[in-house]
Amino acid sequence: MSAPAPGCDKVLLVQAELDGELGAAEAAALAAHRSGCPLCQKAEAELLRTRALLRGEPYAAVPEAVRARVMARLRQHETRLAVASTMVRPGRRLWLWPSLGGFGLGAACAAALAFLLVLPQGGDLAVAVVASHVRALQPGHLEDVASTDQHTVKPWFDGRIDFAPPVRDFAAAGFPLQGGRLDYLDGRPVAALVYQRDKHIIDLYIWPASTVPRMGGGTAIHGYNLAHWTQDGMTFWAVSDVEGAQLDEFAKLWRRGS
Amino acid sequence: MLPHLDAAYNLARWLMRDSEAAEDVLQEAMVRALTYFASFKGVNPRAWLLQIVRNTAYSSHALNRGVETVPLAGEHEEGGIDLADHGDDPEAALLRTREQCRVRTLVAALPVELRETLVLREFEECSYKEIADATQTPIGTVMSRLWRARQLLARAAAAEGLP
Ligand SMILES: [Zn+2]
Repeated sequence: MSAPAPGCDKVLLVQAELDGELGAAEAAALAAHRSGCPLCQKAEAELLRTRALLRGEPYAAVPEAVRARVMARLRQHETRLAVASTMVRPGRRLWLWPSLGGFGLGAACAAALAFLLVLPQGGDLAVAVVASHVRALQPGHLEDVASTDQHTVKPWFDGRIDFAPPVRDFAAAGFPLQGGRLDYLDGRPVAALVYQRDKHIIDLYIWPASTVPRMGGGTAIHGYNLAHWTQDGMTFWAVSDVEGAQLDEFAKLWRRGS
Repeated sequence: MLPHLDAAYNLARWLMRDSEAAEDVLQEAMVRALTYFASFKGVNPRAWLLQIVRNTAYSSHALNRGVETVPLAGEHEEGGIDLADHGDDPEAALLRTREQCRVRTLVAALPVELRETLVLREFEECSYKEIADATQTPIGTVMSRLWRARQLLARAAAAEGLP
């Protein structure tokens, strides 16, 4: 094949502009060059023709039958994964699986599938929070730092993340701190604090608020309850399969700041 | 409703150029995705899933069965041409459909690394960054592959007398 840019070394930029990859300043600089460069003008005309050729191509969705077979295969596979993880993972985390309760692993799978298949880019943050929580519940993913001491957990985040998340323990109120980890939400690294309530796990995600403070709110997805609020310049998302009232209590403890 | 699954299926079809092989790849890729889901800590699930589909396709023995397979066209025809969509001119609709069929054949004949890059850009509307992630290729290479793919396609189309 010939060199990608015969004649003018700017043709890849012409292409990048048509693909929407150039910023305003770059596009302006390119426009100035192109007005005096026949090679770039020719390249642009050709690229536009090629694009027109492809534009009419219909987008084929997955046929229903194929989708059904994929889902059936995944359900089968999910069961195998569940059995395997229960058998090879004895020890302190075993109880996490039963704690998924009535929905069993179906809920884990549902959230995984929601994340993989349904969640649009930049999509619903609440769904992303649930998916992240479910992922964390899988063996070995809950904590990067396991400690019930807030003075151990808080410094652990130093140098690992570009802000200092508040860390508090509410053992006295029945929500003991279990540890923390790094996670990714909303296109950025976030701090996740792990709490326990009876046999349930609560994940609390914290990152700097980018928008105006919002009032708290609660919602539920796939059987998980969510609480969301902003406080002291931070965004908070709490998620768990505890009852909604208990999660609200947890959120109130935090917002009271005690 | 399931945009990532559609994207995964389409990429598999363009890579495998055969509906049955594409479904095998899709199934295998989705199983892998579910298995590795726990270790996924990225920010772009679509690029991540497309990367799995692509790696699954590349490890399939059916990948390079030859360019003579004329893929994908059959299914669209089976579905029937929706003449109603084209107003009162069924003849123009038929012509357009034939033209699309030929364009598809030309895209399918591109070398696989050019084909996947072009398909991700034109049909999945991926950004250069997403294509780079999905194909595990530097962005500069993505740009030159796109350029070559479009050059080849334009030349082939001209040779076929397509507009
Ligand atoms: Zn030029």
